[in-house]
Amino acid sequence: MSAQGPGGGFHATHAVGKAEAAQPTEFAFDAASEAEIEKIIARYPAGKQASAVIPLLYIVQRQMGRVTGSAWVPRVAMDVIAQRLSMPPMRVYEVATFYLMFNTKPIGRYHLQVCGTTPCMLRGSDDVLAACKSAGGLKGYGDTSADGLFTLTEVECLGACVNAPILQVDDDYYEDLDYDSTVRLIEALKRGERPPHGSAIGRQTSAPEGGPMVLTGSED
Amino acid sequence: MAKVTVDGIEVEVPNGASVLQACEAAGKEVPRFCYHERLSVAGNCRMCLVEVEKAPKPVASCAYPVMDGMKVFTDTPVVRNARRGVMEFLLINHPLDCPICDQGGECDLQDQAMAYGRDLSRYDEGKRAVKDKYVGPLIKTVMNRCIHCTRCVRFAAEVAGVPEMGATGRGESMEIGTYVEKALSSELSGNLIDICPVGALTSRPYAFVSRPWELRKTESVDVLDAVGAAIRVDVRGGEVLRIMPRVHDDVNEEWLGDRGRFSFDGLKRNRLDRPWVRRDGKLQPASWAEALGAIARALPGKRLGAIAGDTMDAESMFALKGLMAALGSQNLDCRQDGAKLDASRPDYYLFNTGIAGIEQADAIVIIGSNPRVEAPVLNARIRKRWMTGALRVGVVGPVADLTYPTQAVAMGEAGAFLDGAKNPMVILGRGALAREDGAAVLAAAWDLAKQAGGLREDWHGFNLLHQFGGQVAALDLGFLPGEGGLDMAGMLAGGVDALWLLGADGFDASRIAPGTFVIYQGHHGEAAAARADVILPGATYTEKDGTYVNTEGRVQRGRMAVTPPGEAREDWKIIRAASQMLGVTLPYDSLEALRAEMAAAHPVFARLDQGPLPGCTDDAGPVATGALGMAPFQLPIQNYWQVDPITRASPTMAECAATYLQPKPLLAAE
Ligand code: SF4
Ligand code: FES
Ligand code: FES
Repeated sequence: MSAQGPGGGFHATHAVGKAEAAQPTEFAFDAASEAEIEKIIARYPAGKQASAVIPLLYIVQRQMGRVTGSAWVPRVAMDVIAQRLSMPPMRVYEVATFYLMFNTKPIGRYHLQVCGTTPCMLRGSDDVLAACKSAGGLKGYGDTSADGLFTLTEVECLGACVNAPILQVDDDYYEDLDYDSTVRLIEALKRGERPPHGSAIGRQTSAPEGGPMVLTGSED
Repeated sequence: MAKVTVDGIEVEVPNGASVLQACEAAGKEVPRFCYHERLSVAGNCRMCLVEVEKAPKPVASCAYPVMDGMKVFTDTPVVRNARRGVMEFLLINHPLDCPICDQGGECDLQDQAMAYGRDLSRYDEGKRAVKDKYVGPLIKTVMNRCIHCTRCVRFAAEVAGVPEMGATGRGESMEIGTYVEKALSSELSGNLIDICPVGALTSRPYAFVSRPWELRKTESVDVLDAVGAAIRVDVRGGEVLRIMPRVHDDVNEEWLGDRGRFSFDGLKRNRLDRPWVRRDGKLQPASWAEALGAIARALPGKRLGAIAGDTMDAESMFALKGLMAALGSQNLDCRQDGAKLDASRPDYYLFNTGIAGIEQADAIVIIGSNPRVEAPVLNARIRKRWMTGALRVGVVGPVADLTYPTQAVAMGEAGAFLDGAKNPMVILGRGALAREDGAAVLAAAWDLAKQAGGLREDWHGFNLLHQFGGQVAALDLGFLPGEGGLDMAGMLAGGVDALWLLGADGFDASRIAPGTFVIYQGHHGEAAAARADVILPGATYTEKDGTYVNTEGRVQRGRMAVTPPGEAREDWKIIRAASQMLGVTLPYDSLEALRAEMAAAHPVFARLDQGPLPGCTDDAGPVATGALGMAPFQLPIQNYWQVDPITRASPTMAECAATYLQPKPLLAAE
């Protein structure tokens, strides 16, 4: 093609940066994702499908986790979403990069998200972090372990301060952790197990430690 | 209307206006970064804070609607303090690099920091650093300087219609860019430079070239497309350093196509800066006396013809027409593309609705044209109208990406497409007439406008879109074959013995019959000059005072910003001098006298800067000779960046063409 062609023919891509190298060149939704998408898009009135961009980004991230073991959103997938929702790709990039919940770079099999905000910090998130580093083989925040199993991220308050400190693994909260319980959790993950999420000390939801103290019928 | 009191001054503004607009109506200046009157309101910089009576906090005036009886204060201690606070925050991450910033001297941030900035920073922490982005060969980015006003994002999405810029990341990691590195696919990208209030987006060709206060500014018009955008030519030391748009609401608003803005480096290259005469088969440098002498010897007794180029000023074409008449020749033509135009009535060849008139149209059929590359600023106007939701656009011929949705329609269905439109428009590309059945196409397009009810006393819906700034003036002047005169094809085929090419190098010079004595008068040495027997070095549009007529018939004056290089001269003077040598001296020896003569002969040239006449009083169409053929329409311009001698000589335009026209790079297989 030597001419501009009708209206443009702008394809120039200037440079491919380092981060680009890891980007796959293709993405297609699998059957499970398609089934979900159908339900989601139906929720929005015709012409307003762009509203589905966040759920669709999640679907991509989960599919990547399912299929490749690394739950992230490659750029081509954003383009696929843009096309599906008839919106400019840039608008998808904006949303995907705005929300830290979307990983725009490949991550490890398990995403360890340590809450470092004040309540968790006061209740020992430093120990949780230390445990993640030593047991997971991680150098610090942002690191992915050499075996590709773990990626460590610091997050802000997860809204579960009553059961602080919190470690979020992928979509699940592990609560009331300390150094040892965190190490045990990570060892279990390494063995391919998924220990039940929730409190590590047997707390009932967010009731006081040791069980409920009011309305038990025994307080008078 | 709402009555608003601004600092004690009562003004009336329309309901729904913003407080900022009310302040402007009252003559109060309100500092701003993100607000731009031709873009949507973002309200994210907070610089425009004012106090409103009973509002608990200062309000962002650009995003705050007026209410009847509202009292606004733009200069109270609270307001000043608030703005100082905003400025301090903006400067937290803004580098202190004004001394090496190209925006310096015309930077909104710099100016407003003078009014609201502190003399010392209280911020001791490190500033954030942002990687520079690549958005194309025309724009230099220094993203550390970006203040996230998002004007560029809105411009790209709203005006240019290429929603490729955006803000990625959040908070301190927010960055403006295209995410995937790519050249912004717009012919209007240069406007980002003007729209960015700081030095984040600046002109790449102009990087480190000059300071605004060193420049001499000349107001002129762009001739590189038929829009006739108002421009300002900035000059230092006899060299054009940049070209910027001026505001002209009826023509270009405040935009300018990249070709008009960046091709000026072609003004210096490949120039004809001295006369040449062919001796013994070879072109040799000559003096003016020799060159004109050679013409004076060669022409008498010969069958003469003249062809005018596409970007010539009206004065020189008028002078050449006069000279030809004095020498008894009727062989004139200005249609290098062979377009079958009908110049018997101006509205047969004008953009009669007017560029501003597009904003009243509710249905458009475009025939054989890609306005995006033929007239990007005009295309932006169509897009502007489309954005209101009140316009539908159909395209006959190749369907290009025009930045708004279009529907492909066949010529026969176009009438049905326009059905029901109150103000239908037919936009006929000049390229659609440059074919065998051009006259039939013209008649059919006129008929389409007529059938759709587009030719009324209050609305003229027939529009011809030309490609260059000199084309309409040539038609207005009747630079066309006279009684029994030959047209261009006839002249080239040996119908004349001597041919005067006035800036005409838009055709294949090898078509000129061998043995024809060729005079080439122009500014760039291309194929036509190489074929010439005498070369008369002329001036470009920046080097002469000239009159140009845009596609809507608006007569505008270009002004001399620099003198022509070397021995080159203003074109009308060259022709005047030649007329003297030929013994048929033209009856004017000043530009004023020439213009008076021209206006007397062609009254349209006395109507300076006036848009098209409103409405159509006689809907009789141009005569169709022959039947409408079946051949599909071809788009005349495939390469937006290189269309004429100036742009072809421009390295910047060459870089653009190379960037944008290269084939899509294949992704390396994993
Ligand atoms: S690059 Fe300029 S126009 Fe764009 S957001 Fe930054 S400061 Fe505003
Ligand atoms: S601080 Fe960790 S969950 Fe709120
Ligand atoms: S100009 Fe009003 S917030 Fe930016």
